[in-house]
Amino acid sequence: MSIAAAFEVALAAVVLGLGIWTIAVRETYSATVGFVAYGLLVALIWVRLDAVDVALTEAAIGGGLGGVLLLGAAARLRDAGPTAAEAPGKVVRVTAAILSVLTAAALAGAVLLLPDPAPTLAPKAVANASATGLANPVTNVLMAFRAMDTMLEKVVLLLAIIGVWSLAPDDAWGGHPGPRHQADPLGVLVFLARLLPPIGIVVGIYIFWTGANHPGGAFQGGAILASMWLLAIMAGLTDTPPVGRRWLRFILVAGPGLFLVVGLGGLWFGAAFLAYPPAQAKPLILGIEVAMILTIAATLGLLLAGAPERSVK
Amino acid sequence: MSLVRDIITIAAVSAGAFFFLAGTVGLLRFPDTLTRLHALTKADNLGLGLVVLGLLPQATSLRDGLKLISIWLLGLLAGATVSQLIARTARQGEPAK
Amino acid sequence: MTEFLTAAVGFILAMLALGLVSILRGPGDTDRMMAAQLIGTGGIAALLLLGTVTGVPAAVDVALTLALLATFASIAFVKKGLSSLEADGTGSTEDQ
Repeated sequence: MSIAAAFEVALAAVVLGLGIWTIAVRETYSATVGFVAYGLLVALIWVRLDAVDVALTEAAIGGGLGGVLLLGAAARLRDAGPTAAEAPGKVVRVTAAILSVLTAAALAGAVLLLPDPAPTLAPKAVANASATGLANPVTNVLMAFRAMDTMLEKVVLLLAIIGVWSLAPDDAWGGHPGPRHQADPLGVLVFLARLLPPIGIVVGIYIFWTGANHPGGAFQGGAILASMWLLAIMAGLTDTPPVGRRWLRFILVAGPGLFLVVGLGGLWFGAAFLAYPPAQAKPLILGIEVAMILTIAATLGLLLAGAPERSVK
Repeated sequence: MSLVRDIITIAAVSAGAFFFLAGTVGLLRFPDTLTRLHALTKADNLGLGLVVLGLLPQATSLRDGLKLISIWLLGLLAGATVSQLIARTARQGEPAK
Repeated sequence: MTEFLTAAVGFILAMLALGLVSILRGPGDTDRMMAAQLIGTGGIAALLLLGTVTGVPAAVDVALTLALLATFASIAFVKKGLSSLEADGTGSTEDQ
């Protein structure tokens, strides 16, 4: 077996073992740690499969932000107290296991039994890059060929944040999400929270900007920006903004809003909804992405901050 | 010239891998949380630095080389601060035992 | 050179796996907090080497993202999430 193949088998074995441990372990905190580690390692697999855009998203969302979201959920479950009476019975668990195994087997079969060469539109997407002037085929697909899907995904994010906010108690409506964090202002955490966010913001904007021609994009950049904002919140350097503020809500709708405006403009002045005039395709796409990265950063940050708990007064 | 670059790369990456080995041995063999934390952050970060050093001769441009070095510096910053925070948590937990 | 670098990635990955086994088994949550730091450092090294081996220069960007997000995840682990204010060693108990 060649070295490369041995390495791939080893990587797959480690990720698989970690996944099994994450499911089998008892405590939720340990499972969350395992999940984050799993996400970060799967990013390695994506790089090996030459899907760097997916690797960036996996590292940002699956590893960092998704894990912290689960951590918050685990903490709330602990606070809510043991609910042994609500634990799922054996029948439910066995059914869930069987369904999961069947789904995994179906996916594995679909991947292994693909006709060779597999049917794909990738060469066409790469060949039509001249339509927008951007060299990254993933960005072309996301922002030009399937722009409708991307716009609707941003609307889904908006619906998610509304859903989270709807969990607020009546007197905290429009208030600050989450508790007020505090840390020793001369301590290590505050030091890191002052030093890292400027670097992180530069990296986030870089990853977004380089997405035009190299792997990257607004979503990954927005996730990095959100994590830096949350870092400042966790160190107590800034408080979560009250969710009733107009400017915050404007930022949340700016991304899908601008997308919609451009799409309707395409309908009025051009050929179809979301049709870009070829000469202005690149500036339009970049403009939409600027609005999108702000919306994504704000939405992801607020999703992790949780439902409002403290009223504004 | 290319031979010298390859030799530097092989030497530095091997040294880096050795320090990763040392860090993992420390993780496995040291008795308690604080010593294991020490092994993890010091040895692994040194290993990362040597790996970055080994990849610098292979970098294709100045910008790529600077990116590699800045990744290592970021890793150093992270390791230094996070180890302090974890160590404080470990020390706080000890009186309860 | 390529074989050597691939072997190096495999070796670092093996070290990562062993370290993970030791950390995840470790008694207490404090030991498990180190997992994000371990994957951060080892994962960055593996990614940088992997990028050179497979000829994917953008792997360096993934390593950069990993560095930032692993740090963020580590701090979130120490604070046990954003929604709780459990004692986390960052309050006024820091000795001066």
